[in-house]
Formats: sequence, structure tokens, C-alpha cells
Amino acid sequence: MEHVRPSTLDEALEGLAAPDAKALAGGQSLLPVMKLRIVRPSVLVDIGRLELGGVHMSENELRLGALTTWNELESAQELERPALAALAECASGIGDLQVRNRGTLGGSLAHADPASDMPAVVLALGAQIVLRAASGERTVSAEEFFLGPFTTALGPAELITEVVFPLVEGSGSAYVKVEHPASGFALAGAAAVVRPDGGQSVALTGMGGQAFLLASDANPVDALPDAEIYGDRFAPVEYRRHLAGVVARRALDRARERMEGTGE
Amino acid sequence: MPAARQLELVINGERRSAEVEPRTLLVHALRDGLGLTGTHVGCDTSQCGACTVLLDGRAVKSCTMLAVQAEGAEVTTIEGFARNDELHPIQRAFVEHHGLQCGFCTPGMILTASDLLTRAPDPDDATIRRALRGNFCRCTGYQSIVDSVRAAATALREGEAA
Ligand SMILES: Cc1cc2nc3c(=O)[nH]c(=O)nc-3n(C[C@H](O)[C@H](O)[C@H](O)COP(=O)(O)OP(=O)(O)OC[C@H]3O[C@@H](n4cnc5c(N)ncnc54)[C@H](O)[C@@H]3O)c2cc1C
Ligand code: FES
Ligand code: FES
Repeated sequence: MEHVRPSTLDEALEGLAAPDAKALAGGQSLLPVMKLRIVRPSVLVDIGRLELGGVHMSENELRLGALTTWNELESAQELERPALAALAECASGIGDLQVRNRGTLGGSLAHADPASDMPAVVLALGAQIVLRAASGERTVSAEEFFLGPFTTALGPAELITEVVFPLVEGSGSAYVKVEHPASGFALAGAAAVVRPDGGQSVALTGMGGQAFLLASDANPVDALPDAEIYGDRFAPVEYRRHLAGVVARRALDRARERMEGTGE
Repeated sequence: MPAARQLELVINGERRSAEVEPRTLLVHALRDGLGLTGTHVGCDTSQCGACTVLLDGRAVKSCTMLAVQAEGAEVTTIEGFARNDELHPIQRAFVEHHGLQCGFCTPGMILTASDLLTRAPDPDDATIRRALRGNFCRCTGYQSIVDSVRAAATALREGEAA
């Protein structure tokens, strides 16, 4: 295996064109799966030092660079507002201090572990994911991005460059999970957004093949009985469906409290 | 297999050179390449935190990082943590408050505590426990470790004021 550290995005995309090349960001998911020989890249394209970080807030949107770490998200003052509170709340519950120092937003979305936390938040907040290939840039919605367990809309020689969140003034958001006590991953996680016009969205993670939005205009929790939920040795399907309802309701309540200014 | 190459690293304030392959983990470069065996391998699966070192002051698991990723950064291991032959205040607090028994987890505990205390100089117990979540101890039952970190925080704050 080779390791290359390109100094520009274009060089990185060129490097990724090699067969079995893989991007390396924080390494907190890729190195563990390489140790298990589940992934055996021929070339690691180390994107860790590209200028793909940063929290950029403008009047009507928030742009987060793909290399923004969990630690940066949990401590970013720009995100201390009800409309975006779910982001820091989610990031601060991921893994442990060491993992949050290295792990990145882009790496987590690209890895698409069905029990990972952040996919629920990007879905509920209606984020757009910006992808770059040598042939050009495209933007896909979070809903179009997640296709299944460890499977996304990313092409083999494509990188996430940033994630763009619309700012809905006056809304409130929250992320609540019941975690596996040893791994910390979500047995059931819910991200909720409540808007001043009465609209509300809930996205669930840890439930099945991928994170998904609960489809309902009225109360998203009403869509739960129809949601496809998997059971495993940690949580049989009835238990997980019950947990899904619990975390969804808690996330909605907390998002509403934040919107109304009665929560933290 | 790509040939091993000489990697220049800044470790405990000194420029060091180690022979590594691209796949060499930082912990192996430290232990096998440079003889810095104070950094321990407890699990090799990113869980236990025994391999924690500081990378530009931030705690990272050196078993979950390639040595080549540390190029150009400042790495601090437990060997470089004492100041001029004097134990660092966090080390002293662990000795005084029974923060260790067998000592296997201790280098990782101390370096993680260092990261916490540079960001949060006056943490409550819940904050300390949360920061040490990625560091396992099979001996102490954790309470004495939390006591040690709290005492270290006080010592560091007083040292700063003095
Ligand atoms: C002990 C431990 C506990 C954890 N606990 C949790 C948890 O509770 N919840 C949770 O959600 N996660 C958890 N994680 C996973 C962690 O959040 C990872 O940091 C994250 O999933 C991957 O980010 P990374 O930057 O480390 O990516 P890497 O490991 O570097 O890469 C992961 C994958 O994404 C690809 N990739 C990386 N960046 C990009 C990019 N910009 N564009 C395209 N592809 C890219 C890589 O090629 C690779 O396939 C845990 C990890 C560990 C080790
Ligand atoms: S040896 Fe690195 S986390 Fe256990
Ligand atoms: S003192 Fe023995 S593992 Fe912590």
C-alpha cells in the first residue's frame, strides 16, 4: 500500500482515479476496517491537510467543510442557536474525546455506517452534500445520498467537499440517541426539526440499512409503524421500534422547547 | 510492498527519524522504531485509549493513526511529559491520589487529562468522566482517577496563579 499526501483538491482527485485508491481523512473508521482487512486499498490518498475545513455561516445558510472535526462542531460558537443546535449536540455524543479530535463530518457521511449519528441530523436539517470529481461538481440532497449500509451516492473517485444547511430562522432542532453502552453507537437515534410554520421533520438512525426521514406532514411519529426497522442481537425489532418512538418524541419535544426559547 | 522510508517526526520536542512503511501505525513507530515504550497497546481496536499520545496538544489514539499522518506535527508521549526531570502536576496528582494500580492505562489517562485540562481548566466530575470515556482502566474503578484529575486541575490553576 502506498500513501500520498496531495496538496490540492485536484491532485487528490487525480490520485483517487487509481484502482482501489481510498481517501483518508481522520482515519477513525477507515483504519479500523483496514485492520480487519475488510478494506485493502492500494493507495491511501491522505486528504487530511487539504483546505476543506471550517464553519462558514452566512445569512441564509451554513456551510461545513468536509474535514470539520467533531470537536470543532461541538465547540463552534456559530452553531449555538436553536435552528442548528442538533449539530453540536450530535457531535458531542460521538465516540470519545480522542475520536472527536480526529473524526470528520465528511468521513462519517461517506462511511455511512447504519448506526452512525450524523446522517440523521443532515437528513432532518435538509442538508445538501457537495461532491467533487475530476469531471466537475454536483450537489445531492442528504436524502439522495444515503443508499444503504456503507453505501452512498459517492462515486469511486469523488470527494465530499462540503455540506450545506439551509437556515430556517426561528426553528428549533435536537438530536437524541439511546446508545449501545460499550460502543456508543446509536441503538436508536433521532434528529428533529420544528419550524415556526408548524412543520416538523424527524430522521432516524441505527434502525436499519441507512438513516431515513419519517415521511409525514402532520406528526412524523405517526409514520413509525410503517417504517422499515431491523432487529439484531442488541435490539430485537419490537424493542427498537419502541426506542424509535421514544427518541423521536424526545427529540421533537427538545427541538420545540428550543424553538420556543424554553429549553437550553 | 512499498519500501520503508525515513520519516522525520518531532517527538517530545526533538527531531527524530524513524523507518516506517506507509501502513505503519504511529504506536508501532513510537514503540518499535523509537523505543518509546511508555505508549501502550491495550486493544489495537481503537477502544481502550492506552495508546493515547498528544498530537499538537490534542489527545489521539496512536493505534488509529498512521505514522505518516503525524509528519510535521508535534507528538508528545508520556516520556516527554515530565518537565526537566520533575513530574508534571498531572503525574504528581495521579501518584498522590492513587490514580493508578498496575499503571498500564496511566500514560493514556494522563495525556487525555492533559487535553481536557488545557480546554477546561476547572472541570466538574461529570466533565472529567466524559473526557475519559475512551480510556479503560481494569484496576482502579475510576473514582481515584477522577480524584486525581480534579486535584491536577486545582494544582495547575494554582500553579498558573503563582
Ligand atoms: C472508538 C470509536 C467510537 C466511535 N463512535 C462513534 C459514534 O458513537 N457515532 C458515530 O457516528 N461514529 C462513531 N465513530 C466513527 C467516527 O465518527 C469516525 O470518525 C467517522 O465515522 C469517520 O470519519 P473519519 O474522518 O475518521 O473518516 P476516515 O476513517 O478517514 O474515512 C472513512 C471513509 O470515508 C471516506 N472518506 C473520508 N473523507 C471523505 C471525503 N471528504 N469524501 C469522500 N470520502 C471520504 C474514506 O475513504 C473512508 O472510506 C467511532 C469511531 C471509533 C474509532
Ligand atoms: S491500543 Fe489504541 S485504543 Fe486500545
Ligand atoms: S491502573 Fe491498571 S489498568 Fe488502570
